Amino acid sequence: MFLINCPYCGERDQSEFSCGGEAHIVRPKQPTELSDDQWAEYLFMRKNIKGVQFERWNHAHGCRKWFNMVRDTSNDKIHAVYKMGEKPPVE
Amino acid sequence: MTKYRVNKTKHVDQTKTVSFDFDGKSYHGFEGDTLASALLSNGVHLVGRSFKYHRPRGIMSSGSEEPNAICQINEDTDLTEPNVRATEIELYEGLKASSQNCWPSVNFDIGGINNFISPFIPAGFYYKTFMWPKSFWKKIYEPLIRWSAGLGKSPRKPDPELYDHKHVHCDVLIIGGGISGIIASKIAAKNNLKTILIEDKNTLGGSTIFQKNENYKINDKYSGEWIDEEIAELKKLDNLTIKTRTSLAAYHSYNYLLAKENISDHLPLDKRNGGIRQRLWKIRADKVIVATGAIERPLVFNNNDRPGIMLSNSVKKYLDFYGVSCGFKNVIFTNNDSAYETAVSLKEKGISVEMIDIRKKSNSKIVKNAEQLGVKIYWNSTVVNTFGLRKIYSIDIMNLSEDGSNVVGNKIRINCDCLAISGGWTPMVHMHTQSGGKLDFREIDQTFIPNEIDKNHINVGSCNGDFELEEIINNTNKKVKNFLNVSKTQFDNTSVLNSKELDKRNIWLLPNYISEGKCKSFIDFQNDSTAKDIKLALREGFKSIEHVKRYTTTGMATDQGKLSNMHALGIIADTAGVKMGALGTTTFRPPFTPLTFGSIVGRSVGNFFDIIRKTSIHEWHIQNKAKFENVGQWKRPWYYPINDEGLHEAVQRESKAARDSAGILDASTLGKIDIQGTDASEFLNRVYTNAWSKLGIGKCRYGLMLNEDGMVYDDGVTTRLGENHYLMTTTTGGAANVLSKLEDYLQTEWPELDVYLTSVTDHYSTASICGPNSKKILKKIFPDKDFSDDAFPHMSYQNGKIDEINCRIMRISFTGELSYEINIESKYGKSLWEKCIEAGKEFQITPYGTETMHLLRAEKGFIIVGQDTDGTMTPIDLQMDWIVSKKKYDFIGKRSLYRSDTIREDRKQLVGLLTDDPNEVLEEGAQIVSDMTKKPIEMIGHVTSSYFSPNLNKSIALAVVKSGKKMNGQKLIVPMENKNINVTVSDSVFLDKENKRINA
Repeated sequence: MFLINCPYCGERDQSEFSCGGEAHIVRPKQPTELSDDQWAEYLFMRKNIKGVQFERWNHAHGCRKWFNMVRDTSNDKIHAVYKMGEKPPVE
Repeated sequence: MTKYRVNKTKHVDQTKTVSFDFDGKSYHGFEGDTLASALLSNGVHLVGRSFKYHRPRGIMSSGSEEPNAICQINEDTDLTEPNVRATEIELYEGLKASSQNCWPSVNFDIGGINNFISPFIPAGFYYKTFMWPKSFWKKIYEPLIRWSAGLGKSPRKPDPELYDHKHVHCDVLIIGGGISGIIASKIAAKNNLKTILIEDKNTLGGSTIFQKNENYKINDKYSGEWIDEEIAELKKLDNLTIKTRTSLAAYHSYNYLLAKENISDHLPLDKRNGGIRQRLWKIRADKVIVATGAIERPLVFNNNDRPGIMLSNSVKKYLDFYGVSCGFKNVIFTNNDSAYETAVSLKEKGISVEMIDIRKKSNSKIVKNAEQLGVKIYWNSTVVNTFGLRKIYSIDIMNLSEDGSNVVGNKIRINCDCLAISGGWTPMVHMHTQSGGKLDFREIDQTFIPNEIDKNHINVGSCNGDFELEEIINNTNKKVKNFLNVSKTQFDNTSVLNSKELDKRNIWLLPNYISEGKCKSFIDFQNDSTAKDIKLALREGFKSIEHVKRYTTTGMATDQGKLSNMHALGIIADTAGVKMGALGTTTFRPPFTPLTFGSIVGRSVGNFFDIIRKTSIHEWHIQNKAKFENVGQWKRPWYYPINDEGLHEAVQRESKAARDSAGILDASTLGKIDIQGTDASEFLNRVYTNAWSKLGIGKCRYGLMLNEDGMVYDDGVTTRLGENHYLMTTTTGGAANVLSKLEDYLQTEWPELDVYLTSVTDHYSTASICGPNSKKILKKIFPDKDFSDDAFPHMSYQNGKIDEINCRIMRISFTGELSYEINIESKYGKSLWEKCIEAGKEFQITPYGTETMHLLRAEKGFIIVGQDTDGTMTPIDLQMDWIVSKKKYDFIGKRSLYRSDTIREDRKQLVGLLTDDPNEVLEEGAQIVSDMTKKPIEMIGHVTSSYFSPNLNKSIALAVVKSGKKMNGQKLIVPMENKNINVTVSDSVFLDKENKRINA
């Protein structure tokens, strides 16, 4: 059970949050210009790596804000949290 | 006092007698006893039968590692509980316990025959034998396995007791109240840290508390006396919460731990007074100090499971803590020095004891001490056999060869009534590994010890591999100081005297003159797996410890292999010729000891199982005998039976009334989202498939929302309340998800939009009145309002007032009838409803529930998202092309509507179905086929909604069918269990295609 440092509320129990999958996948601005393959790449393809991963999280039972998290999926260590729109921290 | 109670101790109050029953026989113990110590004080060793071979088994240990003494307590009451360890249950007046896994009794057990046929039931026997003949499975094998499977009986009635959950935070949590836990707690609490100490027993002090030996002294006091004084001081500290009878169940990441506190389990049943039985503590600790100690290892030799064979340190505990001697002619069989403490203790009390040591010598102080007291020691020897069915009476021993791989010389027979065994110590690393910690293997004493990398927890004491008193005190002090950043403690200059162990020898499987196949050398006592089973598994090709464990079931009993896992690993390593450290261990999973379901569930039972949401009109529905349906967490009226009407009759009546005159529905549960902001119109354009920019203020529009993959996600009517203000409705079940999805897009994809979302579902109650007379009813409620079609057309909204209370009136329809919805602040919902009923009386206004609502909308061919769609339906599949804007550049899911898969013409598409027999109602979910001759028969679709329509006087259904769009008029078949139903594909709108009724 993680202890997550919400960038708006501070440390809260994991049960207050929900995970929204891989971060930094931007919705294409002009979807209609894309080929089926390019659209499928956006729609379906996710990394799911063992190791350091960038994820979207939502403080669903709190401030309801979305933010990003850098988490090592192999040991669940959270390396950083940062607000939407902020640049991901460099390794 | 019984003859086995040889010693007076302060832990057992021998002035307070407690009577209890075991297997129907009455006994006496004292306050402070456990069930196990009380039984032993009455000379009872035999307490159960083993799981597979039904071998007689006795009490083996004095703690949570107990594999044999598991009982059913308070059988035939609501409070009965199986698999309770006799070593852990505190004795109370009137306790009734019985042995498990034996029939008809523990002394004479029919299942004992398994012991004699044991050569034929080796490991994996079940997998190998019950395979053939196939026909035997259902009638013979399965009932047989079911009869013999399982331990104990589960309670038959609902648990009458209360359970509780408690969330706590602390600076430091210390797990284990033994000597190292006490030292750690004292350092933490004295340094202004909010500290919690939990201990699973009812007293602190671990095994030090009953230590009174010249060779083990702290600051010139017996270690037992020293710790007594420490505990007394500890209890005075303000920052410290001490929780006894509290066992740690799980250690999750980020120092989140679960512990179960026993509150009333030790009280007589009549003194529990309906209070809380157990409390589950949910602890978030800044720092955790694990001080869970070590478990003594048994030794693995032939017939090592007889009643009377016990762990050496437990024999000492029963003697020095409970005052009970487990036997009067004791033999101790050991490979290490710690067992000599037991010998010295026995001898000092004048009880006969002899030692068998597999080592060739040991010159430590404690061994010398035993020798000086006249204890006879057989060096370099091993037990090769034991005798005694229900209680051990003698053993055979032999000398070991030089390398320990064989036995030499002649057998010597020794009589005994208790054989204490000690194979060294295993640090309890469960908590460390549960938290994600790794282990290192220490060759010298063959132990896995914690490898600490996590900065927020440490292991101290014997769970960290420090077994000798001096190490424990000094290392614990040093480590805790460092961990808590403390510079000085009272333990800095503690003088410790202890006997040091210098000679070590370990043999995982002791050799025997009897061939291996004929030896019963038990590793897992509860699951009856032997060394032979492990070797068989290896021969059959199992290599991974995880596989061997599952094949032989070693370590899979209720004790989770606390005594057996290390020996299984050791024997695998020896047999396979690999290093034990390289094998690794099996995974330690929570809970450490079994948790009751009650403690896990806490108060979330009955009405508190889940949130129940009721509309403000709920009371009226109850008074009017509504039957309810669960929609998500909501209770919605399903139908309102009159007299003894069933569902069908009520729904037929309600839906007829709604179309003939007037019906009223509580629509308060529909999700409502208030949308405001200068970009609200643009936002709706992006989230719905149709266009919103041109919707006038005061108008309503139906919208369909897709997922990015093009599949229908939700639908509902949205009303424009003002220039920058909309009220969106969603499906009842989808409300929360829709809000989350919209927030997600606003925050992450379109943060530039000026839009604010507020969930207002609970703010408003909604009465929906439909039917040809609805306009007249509305006119009565709002006499000043012009309800003419010109002034108040379909798909528009107006404000209204009832007795000065503002409300919103929408002329929208989900039934295909002329229909109005009145929204009012929730607190006025019931009075609004009653007003509508009153106004509608002259038109026989009929309240209807969700079932009639479903029927009415199906007549009209309106979909229900989640019933007629299942996450694989696009608007095109639903034949709702009209709602998908061709002009809009983009909306959620647009691009997916022309992916190669979504433009396939043979996708399942929504159609109507009419049965050839108009009285035949299809079953929802029934499969649809077109060709019964071609095998395998292709299933081309299924029925999604089906009703008998009283208004059309025939059965109607909606279905999804492959290429259904092109099938209008085509005959299809719905095959059922005992007949095939012929159907014809039709338009999905069955009633009033021209919308005459809505506009009436």
